[in-house]
Amino acid sequence: MAASPHTLSSRLLTGSVGGCIWYLERRAIQGLPHRVAHLFRNVNNQWVMAQHLSFLKRMYVTQLHRGLSQQVKPKPEPSASPFLEHMSSGQARAEVDELPSFSVPSLPLSRKPDEELMELEAASIVERPLDMAKETKEEKQWKEMKLHADDLPSILARLSKIKLTALVVSTTSAGFALAPGPFDWPCFLLTSLGTGLASCAANSINQFFEVPFDSNMNRTKNRPLVRGQISPLLAVCFATCCAVPGVALLTWGVNPLTGALGIFNIFLYTCCYTPLKRISIANTWVGAVVGAIPPVMGWTAATGSLDAGALLLGGILYSWQFPHFNALSWGLREDYSRGGYCMMSVTHPALCRRVALRHCLALIALSTAAPVLDITTWAFPIISLPINLYISYLGFRFYVDADRRSSRKLFFCSLWHLPLLLLLMLTCKQRPDQEGDKGEAPS
Amino acid sequence: MAALRPGSGALVRPLVRSSSSGGGGGRLARERGTERRDAASSPVSRFCPPRQSCHDWIGPPDKYSNLRPVLFHVPENESPLEQRLRELRQETQEWNQQFWANQNLTFNKEKEEFIYSRLQAKGLGLRTESGQRATLDAEEMADFYKEFLSKNFQKHMSYNRDWYKRNFAITFFMGKVALERMWNKLRQKQKKTSS
Repeated sequence: MAASPHTLSSRLLTGSVGGCIWYLERRAIQGLPHRVAHLFRNVNNQWVMAQHLSFLKRMYVTQLHRGLSQQVKPKPEPSASPFLEHMSSGQARAEVDELPSFSVPSLPLSRKPDEELMELEAASIVERPLDMAKETKEEKQWKEMKLHADDLPSILARLSKIKLTALVVSTTSAGFALAPGPFDWPCFLLTSLGTGLASCAANSINQFFEVPFDSNMNRTKNRPLVRGQISPLLAVCFATCCAVPGVALLTWGVNPLTGALGIFNIFLYTCCYTPLKRISIANTWVGAVVGAIPPVMGWTAATGSLDAGALLLGGILYSWQFPHFNALSWGLREDYSRGGYCMMSVTHPALCRRVALRHCLALIALSTAAPVLDITTWAFPIISLPINLYISYLGFRFYVDADRRSSRKLFFCSLWHLPLLLLLMLTCKQRPDQEGDKGEAPS
Repeated sequence: MAALRPGSGALVRPLVRSSSSGGGGGRLARERGTERRDAASSPVSRFCPPRQSCHDWIGPPDKYSNLRPVLFHVPENESPLEQRLRELRQETQEWNQQFWANQNLTFNKEKEEFIYSRLQAKGLGLRTESGQRATLDAEEMADFYKEFLSKNFQKHMSYNRDWYKRNFAITFFMGKVALERMWNKLRQKQKKTSS
């Protein structure tokens, strides 16, 4: 893959524009009186600086979207780019507005029309304010480690990975809804709340364990503990305050089996999966079990027993984890290698793709088993076949092509495939009065 | 020049330097170079938290280790337990900084060597015809990632063990300090109500 075209073209543009300015300046200085020439230089230097800064800003944006091309020297401007990488684009805009005010006082310089000096001055005018800006910018980035009450909800939301928790709770709800028997609203709400709290606790402990590793990976470097927005003690207290009521709610508000599954899942995620990520590739299989347990919990909350339907639903979620995670991990190989994470995509790439494909095909088999176990009608394997075939096709493409493009396609497909599959399962749920109507889809 | 101070001081210095330099353009360039090296070496030392602050301050990620340095506040009535906690945190921070800076630098160095050797083996130079830097695609780099990970496995194992121990110890001491502070506050309140 070639270097990002934006970076190169913007660099060329600035270079040629800069060249034009200095040429025009030289011509202008020779022809005009000194005062006017000085004013002209003033304006142009400001413009050069603004151009330089907007180029740097563009470089920041393109670095975010940079492809996986590995260059011998990845950072063409090491002095500027680390500084910009950690700026938000809002701050970058503020910088562009602020800096022209720095340039004005530094411009009344010696008026010698010496060419070399002028070029050096122009260059130093551009760079010295940047150095100064870098200093003050760095100082602005130092934050007091003081927790403000109004920041706390958003910090805790990020600590508990609230979006992932919401996904986990929705799979639990799907398990609850798919279980046979009348739909009990209070039980449903208690199950959802208890599972959500358990998930928050597990995610917080995971982040507590992984601070230095998260700092070194692009995907996770803005987490609250990494940024020092919350202390590790507070994170552990929060986790405890979520885990205890969550598990208690599940055990006494729902049933002990669901409570036991909840606490087992927290243990599996925090004490098995998290450390195992750095020891062996077996972590992926453990992680898949962690993802499979919530719908099982939903089922056991509704029925009180761990029967075949619960295991099938767990099996579907288990199989789904592989195309989802293996495709995601394909694009993170550099970060995993540098950070010391043992992932299949790094150590056993062929296995990684094989397993992803295998489990895409398993989804078709599991979908077919659903009506056999009386969870859904026979309409379900038929109407879910298109999406299952599609994800299997993408899994096959990933297996054969083994490139970033196919991995991204598979990953993004998995994001909509699961909710859609669960929705189709719900619409085709086997109702007690419809056991005779096998071919009909329920209203 | 050595300790680049913030604010107007930094603004004034370049003015003075450039107006007196005259034909010393070369000197300017050299000074600029050393400035940058100094800037790169110790970002922590340049920043000073405001005097009235009684909290720790956390800075931007270090360019080598990607870890954010923390400047620890030393209160006047620091108890031995608090001092122990602070020293443990400071020491862990330095240990972490050293490990990750070394890890990342080694990674980048070995990655460059790998790319260079692969390009050489292919008969290509460091630059293509159009003048762009030559690259290797992700699949070629995969060999390097695998090799690097397995080479550093033992190092990571011992780091993980130490990190978990330290993390638990720090959190435990934080808990003890928090309890101690609460206890002291309660005792002070009791004294006030009794007196």
